Amino acid sequence: MNRLNQLFQNKKESLLSIYFTAGYPNLSSTLDIAEAVQKAGADFIEIGFPYSDPLADGPVIQNSSLIALQNGMNLKFLFEQLKELRERVSIPVLLMGYVNPVLQYGVKDFCESCAAVGVDGVIVPDLPMVEYEEFYKDDFLNNNISNIFLVTPQTSEERIRKIDELSNAFIYLLSSSSTTGKNLTVSNEADAYFARIKAMNLKNPTMIGFGISDQKSFNKAAEYTRGAIVGSAFVKFLDSDNALERIPEFIKSIRS
Amino acid sequence: MNREFIKSSFKWGVNPKGYFGDFGGAYIPEMLYPNVEHLRQQYLDIIYEPAFQEEFNQLLKDYVGRPSPLFHAERLSAKYGATIYLKREDLNHTGAHKINNTIGQILLAERLGKKRIIAETGAGQHGVATATVCALKGLECIIYMGEVDIERQAPNVARMKMMGAKVVPAISGSKTLKDATNEAMRDWINNPTDTHYIIGSVVGPHPYPDMVARFQSIISEETKKQLFERTGSENPDIVMACVGGGSNAMGMFYHFLDDENVKLIAVEAAGLGVDSGESAATTSLGKEGVLHGSRSLLMQSDDGQVIEPYSISAGLDYPGIGPQHAHLFKQHRAEYVSITDEEAMQAGRLCSELEGIIPAIETAHALAHLEKMKFKGDESVVICLSGRGDKDLDTYMKYFNL
Repeated sequence: MNRLNQLFQNKKESLLSIYFTAGYPNLSSTLDIAEAVQKAGADFIEIGFPYSDPLADGPVIQNSSLIALQNGMNLKFLFEQLKELRERVSIPVLLMGYVNPVLQYGVKDFCESCAAVGVDGVIVPDLPMVEYEEFYKDDFLNNNISNIFLVTPQTSEERIRKIDELSNAFIYLLSSSSTTGKNLTVSNEADAYFARIKAMNLKNPTMIGFGISDQKSFNKAAEYTRGAIVGSAFVKFLDSDNALERIPEFIKSIRS
Repeated sequence: MNREFIKSSFKWGVNPKGYFGDFGGAYIPEMLYPNVEHLRQQYLDIIYEPAFQEEFNQLLKDYVGRPSPLFHAERLSAKYGATIYLKREDLNHTGAHKINNTIGQILLAERLGKKRIIAETGAGQHGVATATVCALKGLECIIYMGEVDIERQAPNVARMKMMGAKVVPAISGSKTLKDATNEAMRDWINNPTDTHYIIGSVVGPHPYPDMVARFQSIISEETKKQLFERTGSENPDIVMACVGGGSNAMGMFYHFLDDENVKLIAVEAAGLGVDSGESAATTSLGKEGVLHGSRSLLMQSDDGQVIEPYSISAGLDYPGIGPQHAHLFKQHRAEYVSITDEEAMQAGRLCSELEGIIPAIETAHALAHLEKMKFKGDESVVICLSGRGDKDLDTYMKYFNL
């Protein structure tokens, strides 16, 4: 049982997770932001490691990835930076990014490095489930790293059951099939989709991400799941003046 | 072409898991999974359905103008001391091999019930070929093209617009083919139900590399027949083609793959030189990795970031290579060589002067390799003349001060 499992088990209120890109806006920002996000009351953190071709991301995270790369961020450097993680942050932390940097680092080494710095889970959207199951599952499990899978409104029930079986922390529901940074459209269709997933009584808890940017969308997500993940809206916020000091304001604007 | 033949005896084809040896697969986010999986389940059944084959062949004949001629290039042959044939894909409607694939995929999209077509393009040939078939079938067409390529391939942009396509500039990254592909994939993620993505090369997640190769395999299918009629043998000694993503080369190689006495040569773009830092020679510079949904060879940093390629030719300016090519390279079934900008431009001019055929700069890379080959005198060589050079006149003019 890792920090993620404990969080989902112990906390009864709706959960809020915050995503940001490592090395953005500055190379040294990563842990300062993580610490501030924790202090402001977020329940867990997703740290993105940048990739040159982030094809599931909209303009905001494309831009933060590009700047992070220009700042010199890479996986080796990130793990160096994260050596101090557990001195400064106690809430669960996930890493999120694309598969190619992970393959070049080595999947086994990647999982071991995650465990060594105290990362609890990872989200690699373009690592196929079948490859994960066949080649990499043991590397994750041996290091107590939870692999988080995505589900969209188009994902079949059969596939959701399979994802549920392979998951051991939570399942990441996309509010719609979209790249990151689009606003959640609160519609009957979205309601029907969230309700359909809820009615499946999955063994894993669910969180909703993509398009969560304010209280309205957060509350909608919390109605059907354990909570929501905010990414692009937060990364965009980081671009504003004195953002680091104003993180509590941002968190309140999502969950009061 | 007989489906059973391809399925059962084709040693170099895709395996049931979507791999060519170590390469291929479908490394895609969940948002793309339902579309790609639907395609995977359906594509063989759809394209080998007799009605599909009939319509496909009819359009290739009446609309594209196939079979494309196999031309004995006598003056090039005399210069190099070999019997050189040019497979004239430049004579296809729209001026390149790309239309073989777009005809196939538009018929597939129709049968999948899709109303909206998206595509990426580099040199603009695939964009034009896609806009063409969308006009033919009355489907909405959106083409993603790197901002840099829009500038250097202006005539093709105008052609797409003439046929009613919307051309959207890709302004991320290097603003070339790789980024146009990213943008097309993002579009597909955001339009998951009504849209078909016509990938233009043998790249992307399974089943695209296999599907595009099958549509392009008409090139080698015809070549075999034409060679047999002419020489009594359906196999030449050498088959050669240029490679960016690799679709004309895969079409040109396809039916020769199992004839292992036929030597296959794939010519990549060395740009300013393989070691110059300005190159697109993927097999020389690449390592195994994942780009645009498949595991293949990829130009990348130690950290797995994709390195921006460079070539004077927009169609070869791609940091990866199709997974089937990576497999042929790794297993040494085909030889992969590279040609610089300068060598290609000279070869383009030479072919124009000796044969009265102005080749696309992409194609000129394949022709340039003739300079480096040693012939005994009786070898026969088939080169895929993948596209015509009209779109490149501006580049030729600047290069040679014409």
